[in-house]
Amino acid sequence: MQDEPTPVELTKSVADFLRNDITPLISGHHAFKLRVAINILDLVTRQLTQEAGSDAKEVERLRALLGVDGSVTELNRVLADRISKGEVDLATPGLAEHLWATTMDKLAVDQPNYASYKRELSRGG
Amino acid sequence: MIEAALSRSVARWYPGATGVTGAAKLSGGASQETWRFDIVHPDGVIGAILRRSPKGYGAAPTRAAGLGAEAQLMQLAFEAGVPSPRVMHVLTAEDELGTGFIMQRVEGETIARKILRDKEYAAARPLLARQIGGILAGLHRLPLDRLPELRSRGATQEISEFERDYRSLNWPKPVFELALRWLRDHDPGPSVETTLVHGDFRNGNLIIGPDGVRAVLDWELAHLGDPMEDLGWVCVNSWRFGEIDKPVGGFGSREELFAGYEAAGRKVDAARVKFWEVMGTLRWGIMCGGMMQRFREGPDHSMERAMIGRRASETEIDLLRLLAPRGS
Repeated sequence: MQDEPTPVELTKSVADFLRNDITPLISGHHAFKLRVAINILDLVTRQLTQEAGSDAKEVERLRALLGVDGSVTELNRVLADRISKGEVDLATPGLAEHLWATTMDKLAVDQPNYASYKRELSRGG
Repeated sequence: MIEAALSRSVARWYPGATGVTGAAKLSGGASQETWRFDIVHPDGVIGAILRRSPKGYGAAPTRAAGLGAEAQLMQLAFEAGVPSPRVMHVLTAEDELGTGFIMQRVEGETIARKILRDKEYAAARPLLARQIGGILAGLHRLPLDRLPELRSRGATQEISEFERDYRSLNWPKPVFELALRWLRDHDPGPSVETTLVHGDFRNGNLIIGPDGVRAVLDWELAHLGDPMEDLGWVCVNSWRFGEIDKPVGGFGSREELFAGYEAAGRKVDAARVKFWEVMGTLRWGIMCGGMMQRFREGPDHSMERAMIGRRASETEIDLLRLLAPRGS
């Protein structure tokens, strides 16, 4: 067991420092790069916070859908393969719901401000 | 440096020009650069743009038409009345600037978010979707026998090519698989008519002024194919920059785009446009994957490139919205 602060707390402290203390000092192309850097740290924080929970739910759905067990990556390979072969499609019960849930969890980490995501979230997640 | 070479160049082909000033690089990767500069002339300065591949970087990437073809296309477009910068000079060995061309600088805005939000463009915005329809009609009417040598790509070939690109990423994505299946099931086959296709006609590649579209840029993906491809690509959600209820670049509706296209005397096939919008959405998603790969393996280890890899998921939600929409 590692000591604290946690990776989330450490990453967040760097992002806050860059955002609050460094941003006012920088302009031009470097200001753009700094914004990208802060966005990266914010994304990492969201992933560290959310990934374990969303992966566990994804694995649970994939097991039910595919009837096999494996890691989240392995199960995604199986699903990709089955869709490619036409063994599973949108008429398969649970597929559309699974793809929507998984994609919403990805956007929550990658781009929570993306307009399509916000629209779908307002429909109830 | 570059100003000295540019000064020598303009003195040869621009009567009365005495040199250049203010050369500044606008963008550039390893193989292609864009510079702005002013030509000094007794009658006043003339704004210009240089697009070039520096020496030793002559080879074009596989999908690109090449700078020579780009110059020819822009010139043809300009002559046909499609908003386009006038090409002033195609570089020769004597210029010692590499390969490429110099064109007239068109003033205006290319940054999509500014065009969609700034007050300056408020009057132009509602007119743009229809205007874009008219411009695309003009572009698709450019005479085939005057075009430079271009690759030819139909729907079936494009599906196979994107599938190959996607598989080479070794990146299992169930939503992309679903899109590939859908594309194969809805492949419209060869189009009735083959025309010039711009290939990257979208908000972000247009110079816009308060009066509307002033120039169409970035012709490097031009090819021969189904004209409906351009109408689909301009509607891809990523190019709406948040204005998701206005499919045409965040400016307006498909109906306005189609009306502008048909008013200019050409016919729209809405099913094909939808096919190319799905294709375009997947295409951008796979391109994001390519950026991730180049970030990992290539010389460009930039944060921006890394973050584009994380934009693939935006195309997944947009593909689901197109192929498996949820009840509203």
